[in-house]
Amino acid sequence: MTEAIEKGKKLDLAVRGVLWFGAVKAGGKTGGKAKKGGRLVDVLVARGRIVSLAPAGSVDMRAAREVEAHGMVLLPSLTDVHTHLREPGQEYKEDIASGLGAAAYGGFSNIMCMANTKPVNDTSSVTEFMLDQARASWPHGPRLYPIGALTKGLKGEDLAPMAELAEAGCRAFSNDGKPVPSTELFRRAMEYAQDLGRVVIDHCEDPYLAPAAGMNEGEVSSRLGMPAQPDVAEAVQVARDVLLAEYLHSPVHLAHISCERSVALIRFAKARGVDVTAETCPHYLVMTEAEAAGYSSLAKVSPPLRTGADVEALLAALEDGTIDMLATDHAPHAAHEKEVEFDQAPCGISGLDTALSTTWGLVRAGRLSFEAFLRAWTTAPCRRFGLPVNAFNPGDPADFVLFDQNIEWMVDAASMKSKSKNTPLYGRLLRGRVAAHFLAGKSVVENIPAGKRPGL
Amino acid sequence: MQWRHKDLLDVSQLNADEVRHILTTAAYFREINSRPVKKVPTLKGRSVVLFFAEPSTRTKTSFDMAGKRLSADTFALGKSGSSIVKGESLKDTALTLQAMNPDGIVIRHSSSGAAQFLAERLECSVINAGDGRHAHPTQALLDALTFSRRWKGDFVGKTVLILGDIAHSRVARSNVILLNMLGARVRLCGPRTLLPPRLDTWPVEVFSDLLTACRGVDAVMCLRLQLERMHAGLIPDMREYSRTFGLGARHLRLAAPGCCVLHPGPINRGVEIDSDVADSAESLILEQVENGVAVRMALLFLYLTRKSPEMNQSGIPE
Repeated sequence: MTEAIEKGKKLDLAVRGVLWFGAVKAGGKTGGKAKKGGRLVDVLVARGRIVSLAPAGSVDMRAAREVEAHGMVLLPSLTDVHTHLREPGQEYKEDIASGLGAAAYGGFSNIMCMANTKPVNDTSSVTEFMLDQARASWPHGPRLYPIGALTKGLKGEDLAPMAELAEAGCRAFSNDGKPVPSTELFRRAMEYAQDLGRVVIDHCEDPYLAPAAGMNEGEVSSRLGMPAQPDVAEAVQVARDVLLAEYLHSPVHLAHISCERSVALIRFAKARGVDVTAETCPHYLVMTEAEAAGYSSLAKVSPPLRTGADVEALLAALEDGTIDMLATDHAPHAAHEKEVEFDQAPCGISGLDTALSTTWGLVRAGRLSFEAFLRAWTTAPCRRFGLPVNAFNPGDPADFVLFDQNIEWMVDAASMKSKSKNTPLYGRLLRGRVAAHFLAGKSVVENIPAGKRPGL
Repeated sequence: MQWRHKDLLDVSQLNADEVRHILTTAAYFREINSRPVKKVPTLKGRSVVLFFAEPSTRTKTSFDMAGKRLSADTFALGKSGSSIVKGESLKDTALTLQAMNPDGIVIRHSSSGAAQFLAERLECSVINAGDGRHAHPTQALLDALTFSRRWKGDFVGKTVLILGDIAHSRVARSNVILLNMLGARVRLCGPRTLLPPRLDTWPVEVFSDLLTACRGVDAVMCLRLQLERMHAGLIPDMREYSRTFGLGARHLRLAAPGCCVLHPGPINRGVEIDSDVADSAESLILEQVENGVAVRMALLFLYLTRKSPEMNQSGIPE
């Protein structure tokens, strides 16, 4: 057993009998081979950190708090590098307390939030306000990591005071939602941010080629007569960004990649050694442009839902690491804003409540490996943006989820924690929900059903 | 025939039998329209709101006349002078109208899908008089009536060329569906910049050369070219457009004998159609307008009463 236990230190928490699909090595350090079908393990925690992930029942030392997991699935808490929490300024859509609540119940420990608040997060006072709101509402986490504006007011004209913002706590910089039209300015922003040790996140969308957002230019838009965005509008900007990153030897992170063409360019860039990472979102993996065929504005999102071929390309890219990570692009909008003509509706899908269930569904269906799932939601984003990560190694933060993968739940106003319910999944049944969420060993969500439940 | 539809959003909701039934019904009303007294009491006591949130003269007048000839009370509501300019949402406008208990709402709107949006929220019938670039079912039906009279009801083996700005045209979208349903073949011709994406998924043949496109066709339907297409960088200028895609007599000489010319109007003489073609014997443009009133009478009748007209002895539907 580990040193900590041998020395007789007190365990604060032991979660017994969780189902773990990853590897377990004797001595408590994870590694070795993952076991198909999973195995039952105990999670042992002291002082907010992982002591050991041990085969179930192999350590008979009692903890101050014992939790029986009845074979629920163990997952490290997820990290979401792309959310919109709307505070300050649009608290009727979401605020930091409700957004972090949705994160806690959705299984997320680290949340990065975009700068398109009102006012924009382009001064340290806004960043500090966000961090204060987060600490006040969820003192034990989920933890908030604001993303600073790349340009003042997100106007794409002048650089934002990135040094001040970085000092105040901004983890990255982005003009998300309003791509910088000037390639020259974007180049300077990348260079300036690199000096501060920060990565620039780009929302790839050529503003000239994509005047109409929210629907893919293709079979559906053609039939509906809807102004639409071609996938090359994204890919053209992906090409720009990876070429700049190569030329400048600067890092760049590409937000919400939605199409095969972009995947091919990222693969090309990575083969040339470019420091590029990319994310895609659950909705691009489980839905296509067909969702919008009935003019459902809930399926209006930027970039738009694409084709079945794009879904396959994104899944393959996520599996082989061309796309490094998943993010929700959680974009809450009030019901009255979405209940308008399709072309008048704002873009965005509320994603924190459903992301884990939908992507775990891909793992269950054999469409995504458990290893790729873990990398995409935990290690890759944390490594890229310097966030704490739990890989269940001794000393890692004890941030983990007990996930009831068998429970079915209806996505509706009652079940969603986000203030806004704008998701095409609204009214549908999803499988699997967070039953308990521990952050630094403290439970922030606990809803473990009584009685014994089947493991698989 | 019991009419099973509450709303007319596009012709794709209908089957060929229903379309033929609409055309037959329209033929009754066309006959009434040729009488000295053109008014029948069929829809007496019913009210129809004409909600035109986009400028329109002929379609609005056509519906207004159709309603009044059936003795329905029609109420016009435009964008200016309505609460839309005060920032009211379409949902709230819809609920307000609903509260007044009309029997039907005819809607014209600049957003694709607006008619469906309204139909999903209203109990009364919604008739789409044009939504964005999506659909214009009453135009396609009046065009079908025009063809049907010309071809004695037989669409099979006929070829129709739709010419011009297809991408922005709700008329083209509805006509492609309806003409295929009735057994005709459809060709499209226009500059690539004014064609919709993924035409490979449409049941059409696509041509970039007008002379080739006209070869052997039984009808040409010209579409209006909007001036703003030029400023959007989609075409160089009007002169170049009319040289390349303006319909003239030289094109029609290649068409099948008896080829007719249609245009949903209003026409730009000398741009998408030469003046002499527009005024020629082959031009059915004014008959389209006439048929428009009859088709809209048939539609108001069917959608508001949900039954077929029973004719009394003097041929008046009751």
